[in-house]
Amino acid sequence: MEKQPAIELKNITKVFGKVVANKDINLTANRGEILSILGENGSGKTTLMNMISGIYFPDEGQIFIDGEEAVITSPKDAFQYKIGMIHQHFKLVDVFTAAENIVLGLDEGKYNLKASTEKITAISSQYGFDLEPEKKIYTMSVSEKQTVEIIKVLYRGADILILDEPTAVLTPQETEKLFNVLRRMRDDGKCIIIITHKLHEVLSLSDRVAVLRKGEYVGTVETAKTNEAELTEMMVGKKISLNIDRSEPVNVEPRLVVEDMECIDRNGVKILDDISFTANAGEILGIAGIAGSGQRELLEAIAGLQQVQFGNITYNDPKTGEKEDLRNKTPLQIRELGVRLSFVPEDRLGMGLVGNMDIVDNMMLRSYRKGKTAFLERKEPKDLAQHIIEDLEVVTPGATTPVRRLSGGNVQKVLVGREIAASPTVLMAAYPVRGLDINSSYLIYNLLNEQKKKGVAVIFVGEDLDVLTELCDRILVIGSGRITGIVDGRTTTKEEIGLLMTKSKQQGDENNG
Amino acid sequence: MAKESAVKTAHEPLFHVVKRDDMSAGKAWLIRVATIVIAFILVGLLSVLVTGQEFGKTYEIMFSGVFGRLFEGHTTMLWKYLQEIAILLSLALALTPAFKMKFWNCGAEGQALMGGLASIICMIELGNKLPYPVLLVVIFLTSILAGAIWGVIPAVFKALFNTNETLFTLMMNYIATQIIAYYVYIKGGGSNVINPVAEGNLPTIAGNDYLVNVLVVTVITIVMYVYLKHSKQGYEISVVGESQNTARYIGINVKKVIIRTMIISGALCGITGMLLVAGTDHSININSVGGQGFTAILMSWLGQFNPFIMVVMTAIVVFLNLGVAKVADTALLNSSFSEIMVGVVILMLVGCEFFIHYSIKFKHKREVAE
Amino acid sequence: MIIQFICRAILLGVPLLYGSTGEIVTEKAGHLNLGIPGIMYVGAISGVVGSFLYENSCGNDIANMNPILAVLIPLACTLVGSMLMGLIYSFLTVTLHANQNVTGLALTTFGIGLGNFLGASLINITKSELPSIALTKTSSFFAAKLPFADSLGAVGKLLFSHDFLTYLAIIIALIVSFILKKTRVGLNLRSVGENPATADAAGINVTKYKYVATCIGSAIAGLGGLQYVMAYASGVWSNNAFGDRGWMAIALVIFALWNPSIAILGSFLFGALCNANNYIQGLGTETQELFKMLPYVVTIIVLIITSMRKKREHQPPQSLGLSYFREER
Repeated sequence: MEKQPAIELKNITKVFGKVVANKDINLTANRGEILSILGENGSGKTTLMNMISGIYFPDEGQIFIDGEEAVITSPKDAFQYKIGMIHQHFKLVDVFTAAENIVLGLDEGKYNLKASTEKITAISSQYGFDLEPEKKIYTMSVSEKQTVEIIKVLYRGADILILDEPTAVLTPQETEKLFNVLRRMRDDGKCIIIITHKLHEVLSLSDRVAVLRKGEYVGTVETAKTNEAELTEMMVGKKISLNIDRSEPVNVEPRLVVEDMECIDRNGVKILDDISFTANAGEILGIAGIAGSGQRELLEAIAGLQQVQFGNITYNDPKTGEKEDLRNKTPLQIRELGVRLSFVPEDRLGMGLVGNMDIVDNMMLRSYRKGKTAFLERKEPKDLAQHIIEDLEVVTPGATTPVRRLSGGNVQKVLVGREIAASPTVLMAAYPVRGLDINSSYLIYNLLNEQKKKGVAVIFVGEDLDVLTELCDRILVIGSGRITGIVDGRTTTKEEIGLLMTKSKQQGDENNG
Repeated sequence: MAKESAVKTAHEPLFHVVKRDDMSAGKAWLIRVATIVIAFILVGLLSVLVTGQEFGKTYEIMFSGVFGRLFEGHTTMLWKYLQEIAILLSLALALTPAFKMKFWNCGAEGQALMGGLASIICMIELGNKLPYPVLLVVIFLTSILAGAIWGVIPAVFKALFNTNETLFTLMMNYIATQIIAYYVYIKGGGSNVINPVAEGNLPTIAGNDYLVNVLVVTVITIVMYVYLKHSKQGYEISVVGESQNTARYIGINVKKVIIRTMIISGALCGITGMLLVAGTDHSININSVGGQGFTAILMSWLGQFNPFIMVVMTAIVVFLNLGVAKVADTALLNSSFSEIMVGVVILMLVGCEFFIHYSIKFKHKREVAE
Repeated sequence: MIIQFICRAILLGVPLLYGSTGEIVTEKAGHLNLGIPGIMYVGAISGVVGSFLYENSCGNDIANMNPILAVLIPLACTLVGSMLMGLIYSFLTVTLHANQNVTGLALTTFGIGLGNFLGASLINITKSELPSIALTKTSSFFAAKLPFADSLGAVGKLLFSHDFLTYLAIIIALIVSFILKKTRVGLNLRSVGENPATADAAGINVTKYKYVATCIGSAIAGLGGLQYVMAYASGVWSNNAFGDRGWMAIALVIFALWNPSIAILGSFLFGALCNANNYIQGLGTETQELFKMLPYVVTIIVLIITSMRKKREHQPPQSLGLSYFREER
């Protein structure tokens, strides 16, 4: 039987300032099917879905629901069309309970939390969710919060569900559980749209796949009739074998030694446990893991931004040959020890750079203390800015443009350029190519490789396993705050790393021993 | 026709608002200046409405209220004008480093009062006991200290526990007010005034009572500009204000910067208190600062935290205050009319920022892309 | 003596209670309205203007005055006046996304100027020798007590001897408390102040909630001004006599941890602290000035303790002071 189209998009275009986020998109999702929207970071998936759920309003084009034209100017309109979206960043009020969050904004007659709670319990037992309706959100784990979000949508009787990267924060078990729920809902005749960039999920879950690339619609294929290679090709345009250069490490020697490190977060929860590894000079050490497994904390602990409860961080100075203890030193103290540690953090505009300052002033972030007077010296940073703009081909009106006005790739060039300009002996980069186009990504890989050749100990936290296996000499895999394995980048496979990433703690211990 | 109806949605909204990031500084200032001009015309019209005076004549009176008979060589009014600008400006300057750090110091009133209190205590208690130059130095130092202490208390709690500074500094104002009230009652012998104290007054230069104040504030303006723009500490303030994460990342001790900056902010308020008490009134009461600590918040913000633009903004506001008061006086009305007008002008300036940071997109301009 | 002290404390506390209840409603929508002192001032003068006009239209003869109109006219004027102020504030901060602190402070400047100007104009009209204007006739209607209050002894005096605006203040505070905690509207409003993006995604009209909360909050605060003039000051208006009650109302919001029910007791406590000096033996006038700072000191202590304990339920609404723009990227 021919499936009924639930939602059709026609010629949708959305522009933010000068950036075309979506251009002329046509798309159909049917009832009783799971449609994946596949695309790289920044391909416009989320923007498109935000227009269906009423967060944004399209600049051009139309949306049809069940064949009728729909005007969705607000999330409220979206509800009326029974559209529910589960955002990547949860939209929950922290000080409210789960039940309060679920009924928020509803108009179902008399306000009766007790009755609502019963209904919530019914829904969660129906689908096998585990949820305490009276629990406050700020005491919940990430997967609990996601459960609240999903029940919120189900509670509203949505029959078109949009999920934005729902598995990014889940364990494999939780993911499988979620997929089962989604399949059950599909069989119920609901229309499920899932945004993702993970191919294996697309293949295992969806009926059809729609692919976006750089804000444009590429096409829709039936999952049964496609394969990873074809989807990748659609996603990235032409088939690109990564072909990242990897030179043989020379003059390898231990530069940074981490032993038995343990960190806890503000709530007293252990986020890093029993971390031991060595970063060698002249090598790229990759760090792989599911998002939020402790990668950020690991780098921040080394950089002096995260309190270390237990263990040692030792730096071997290549000049003096002395050992320096870096544990719980402030970033300033680390520099004063003569440790040339550069750090490209994950949050570029929130930590690595100041968005409202121009490129010159951002160059000064690392060097403003130079000189004995109380005043700033702007000449050197100005030259450096000019230098980076030319060498790394930063697209900007000038060195005095605030960096927040630059595109993501150019922002990253400015940041990486500055960190490398400090001629580091240790260079840590967290997700340095996230959101970057192919060309910028390669530029970053090359920069990292150059540093490696210069004898720098490079630590690279990545999410794309293809890149990790082609770029890194060794790959450290982290799972739930513990090291689950350290493998050779040349001999390992994506499957091996993938397996290590999802290992539980005990398994990790055995492997590590 | 058919094509067009295919791309048009049924009930599209007439317009929607979009954030913009790309307006040039020149165009932004054009909008602000235009707003000021419109605001001045509005003030004139409202004055005409209330006083029944002629439109043109209103501005003439306003001008005379500010500058007096300046063209005939009488500079008294001009100096009074400059003095008022100096006091308001020095408070606005004092607040600016804190604001740049996104520390909403609403306590200029109290910090200035405490500075003034330190001055008057020195004048009364030490007036006859110390040589004049030493006395001046003591007054200067104690005023700075008093203002700094009043400013640093909220900063310490902000740094340690992230205590809300807006509310904290507001409360500190009224504690200061009551301390002044207490002191005035004791020294004023049960009345709420202290007779002007002759000792420890700031020197008059060439017989001009206000010149010292104006000079001091001129120096502070220039120093503050250099401090914010070209000093390492000023740079640290900007980084902390923009992003505390970035500040930590490059090894800035955020707590230290918060505390240090509020010491500076409070100390400058203390100096203003000294200018008011030792330099102008030679006495103190609970209204010595007279709400200027609050107006200064507006001045610092409207001046985009740039000392030189703040000079212009304070000049405009003080002009309105004095000028419109004269207009009201002439018509035998209460001079509070000027406060209303200042409020109107500031609200308009606050509102005009919208047109700089946002743009309104009308829907019907869509192009048919085929 | 004790009874008198408590009654006085209540009388002093009621304007603060109105002010802080109004401010709580506004802050729950995420708007720190520092214009409250100006709004209360405008509320007071609007009521004064209304009753002045009505008294004059009755030929200044109490016999001609209809008690209901004498109360309703100033009441309506106050509500309209303070609501208009709230409307200006919400237009600037909600629609034009203006900085809340700056807008609020400018509104306070404007409101106090307006109050003083109108006050002075009225004084001018009456050609009074004193710098004040007395609306004692209207005040007598406002201050009307329950007839049996005095016959019930101490308890009666404590419970029944107040003017009706005092009871109204307590009723409003309780109603607001109830709405915030137990109703859908309250839940929605709190979500707007905590996390407007979430509220928006849940289909709540954030703009509408912010406007309505600010305007109603302003109207409630304005009543505090009216109560001050008509009940506390016995209908006598003089410029600047209202003092810093507006700021104290903002302090009370923190003291009450954003809960109007606690604000009821808090306002009486603040009233008592302002007034303690008159009832403590051997306290000089100078020490009275020091006593008056106690409400602020207490507020600061509460502010510090709550920030130290970091209990989530006692913190200010999370997006207080931030403007919300849906298409923010």
